[in-house]
Amino acid sequence: MVRALAILLLCQLAGTIVQQGTGLPVPGPVLGLVLLLVILLRTGGPAAELRETSQGLLKHLGLLFVPAGVGVVSELPALRENALALLVAIPVSTMLGIAVTGVIMQWFMNREARPNA
Amino acid sequence: MHSLHLLPLFHIWVYLQTQPLLGLTLTLCVWEAARFIDGLAGHTALTNPAVITITILVALLLLTHTSYQAYFTGAMYIHFLLGPATVALAVPMHANWQAIRKNFIPISTAIIAGSLTAAGSAMLIAHLMGAPRAIEVSLGPKSVTTPIAMGISQQLGGIPTLTAVFVIITGMFGILVSSPLFRLCRVTDWRARGLAVGVAAHGLGTAHMLTLSETAGAFGGLAIGLNGVATSVLLPLLVSIFGI
Repeated sequence: MVRALAILLLCQLAGTIVQQGTGLPVPGPVLGLVLLLVILLRTGGPAAELRETSQGLLKHLGLLFVPAGVGVVSELPALRENALALLVAIPVSTMLGIAVTGVIMQWFMNREARPNA
Repeated sequence: MHSLHLLPLFHIWVYLQTQPLLGLTLTLCVWEAARFIDGLAGHTALTNPAVITITILVALLLLTHTSYQAYFTGAMYIHFLLGPATVALAVPMHANWQAIRKNFIPISTAIIAGSLTAAGSAMLIAHLMGAPRAIEVSLGPKSVTTPIAMGISQQLGGIPTLTAVFVIITGMFGILVSSPLFRLCRVTDWRARGLAVGVAAHGLGTAHMLTLSETAGAFGGLAIGLNGVATSVLLPLLVSIFGI
């Protein structure tokens, strides 16, 4: 577990150093994700330890959102001031995002299922 | 009399507020309780453990007049794990690499379109309804998983904590509307459903999809990572095109 955490943190560190050094708009952890993916593709996949630690982290992904979510208590004034705009913008944009992605992917999958249609 | 007896308790309370122990323990215990409730209810959209945990903790902080800073002293150790968890998304992406390569064009087309739609419509609506720039920019990355969203928000001059709140609300809402929306739009393929929820409602939505279908979960995980990269690149462009 410790070795797996060290690998994940090293990728994040490398990503963060590249981000800070180049000023790329992509956050450090995302560059770390890309780096780890390239390594996994080159080396033929993760060792059992890395796979288990990653699955363990991702299984509790919801928990990791909690501290940031509780931050709502310090943002209540900003939320109240813009309540109406937020009450329209968040639901509408979320529904549009789901619908557009889902419909496009479904269209491709239907076409794949009926190649002569 | 009573206040004299309570004085040591008060000192313990004040001491604990400066230590990480209380915030950390409380978060883990409430999370376990929330998972228990979610299990009893049969993993419904309304009993999502993250939603329950956040609601209970917010109520506790408000009732006890505890500052977010005092709570975060402990909770930051959990928060920190979002970074390595983002990197860890490479593992399920690698496991699904064949399916991703085979469907590279459909996946990238759907994700780029969904990413632009979710971020663009949120900022446009907020703009038309007179929200200030900081709110608009903070809304942009709300469909992206928290660590990436907070990073994007910071780089564009938004308020990262506000973005985190928008991310959570978006995830909760996505869980609620996804099933009826899929029926309405005739999206029946689990790959398409997983991808759509991953793009628009990130990890919270994907964790929910995973309880419905393994395939949907895998494509959701893929969408979280790819949408994170896509939005990181596209949102700065969108902001400069909109001129905000």
